[in-house]
Amino acid sequence: MKAGSNLEKVLEGGYFAVTAEVGPPKGTSTAVIQRKGELLKFYCDAMNVTDNQTAIVRMSSWSGCILLKEMGIDPVMQMVVRDRNRIAIQSDILGAAALGIRNVLCLSGDHQRFGNHPTAKGVYDIDSIQLVQTLKTMRDEKKFLCGEGISGEVQLFIGAVENPFADPFEYRVMRLAKKVRAGADFIQTQAVFDVGKFTKWMEMVRDQGLDKQVHILAGVIPIKSVGMARYLRDNVSGISVPDEIVIRMEEARDVKEEGVKIALEIIDQLKEIDGVHGIHIMAVAWEDIVPVIVERAGLLSRPIL
Amino acid sequence: MLISEQKPFEEILDYVTKDRVIFLIGCKGCADGCESGGERQVLEIKKRLEEEGKAISGFSLIDMVCNEALTRMKLAAYAEAIESADSVLVMTCGAGIQTVASSTHKVIHPGCNTISSGHAEWKQAERCMECGDCVLEFTGGICPIARCAKGLLNGPCGGSQGGKCEISPNLPCAWQLIIERHSKIGSLHMLEEIILPKNWDPSLKDGSPTQRG
Repeated sequence: MKAGSNLEKVLEGGYFAVTAEVGPPKGTSTAVIQRKGELLKFYCDAMNVTDNQTAIVRMSSWSGCILLKEMGIDPVMQMVVRDRNRIAIQSDILGAAALGIRNVLCLSGDHQRFGNHPTAKGVYDIDSIQLVQTLKTMRDEKKFLCGEGISGEVQLFIGAVENPFADPFEYRVMRLAKKVRAGADFIQTQAVFDVGKFTKWMEMVRDQGLDKQVHILAGVIPIKSVGMARYLRDNVSGISVPDEIVIRMEEARDVKEEGVKIALEIIDQLKEIDGVHGIHIMAVAWEDIVPVIVERAGLLSRPIL
Repeated sequence: MLISEQKPFEEILDYVTKDRVIFLIGCKGCADGCESGGERQVLEIKKRLEEEGKAISGFSLIDMVCNEALTRMKLAAYAEAIESADSVLVMTCGAGIQTVASSTHKVIHPGCNTISSGHAEWKQAERCMECGDCVLEFTGGICPIARCAKGLLNGPCGGSQGGKCEISPNLPCAWQLIIERHSKIGSLHMLEEIILPKNWDPSLKDGSPTQRG
């Protein structure tokens, strides 16, 4: 075991993992995090706390993680390289490790231009692959990026993301390989709607033998409304929503139920793909639906290890 | 004026390890003024490379290498010498290096670091951020510091779609360009290596970079 987190135990134990996502509040209410934690606690193996997602200022990821940890939930601290240089990053990692956060997900972060401080200076001192490599060095060699030693253990289960739907498609697997080489233990992907394209990507992943070196969790976003379906298709870069999904939502009598059905159908297909070791459910502003989806997908009860 | 300085010779030598024949390009503009890539420096590099057993198939000094139309025209006169070379060593600022990269299908190597300033560039072809630690060797002669919205050294991020950057439909994804260029010149394997965190110190404009040392 590298970190001994629940997520690591589940994945290393060969179980099909379920992770969920908690967006912290634009404020100081601990109750927002606690409520979501309470709701999802028995329906997933670990919970990601996002790091100022879409470049909008929110409560920090590490504080959300601590709140979840106090409730007995295994948190995944998301960390973007947009807002911190290598000094702040390593300092935050030491703090997180000291407080018992064992999973960290490394991302570039949405560009600051999309958020509520579009004139901010993007830091990008190091990139997400270099971040993965930095954390691996901190954990395995107990060294900072500069080569100086670290006192104490830095127990981390290191995650990275990949978007099989971004371009250039043929290069995405090569970049995944780079993340694996840098030291990623698990990967959470962008939300899958185009299962055909994802399947093709997974074939390429298996051709390179990467599925044997890293745990891949496929992203799932349940769609709540017709407007959301259209928005995801037209406005969110890096997400590919086939028209047929939007049409199904438009024609549905019970729109929410249709959204759940679509998510369940996608999960069913994902479970059958060789090398997919779990799903990551990002129920943006619709956390209540996660227990329903996990239960109806036949993924209960979650392993207790 | 764009202020550049020659990279250490050992670094240049490292870049050209596998090349037997090299074509050299210098600039009679800023790089001449900075004594980093004018006639004298190009001839000196030529001599030193020859001492190391390299063959120089020719060299060209161009008034303003950053002017793509001019550079293309000048290089056309040397087509044969360039064609016979394994690579082109460009002794100019980052803008000039990238202009050469977009004017030839040959592998290019940067011979200088661009440290400052003035943005003497052509509108809609802004290419160099004068970061002082040139990475063009690894990125196919296209600069991700200047041209990727996140300045990623191991891109592209998940926001690259249809060749465009997520922040604007008018902005080409620099990493799409880098991958296309590497594919075209047969060096895509170079991207398998993880580019390590960058030395930003020379790019920090806290006081004159040439005076503070």
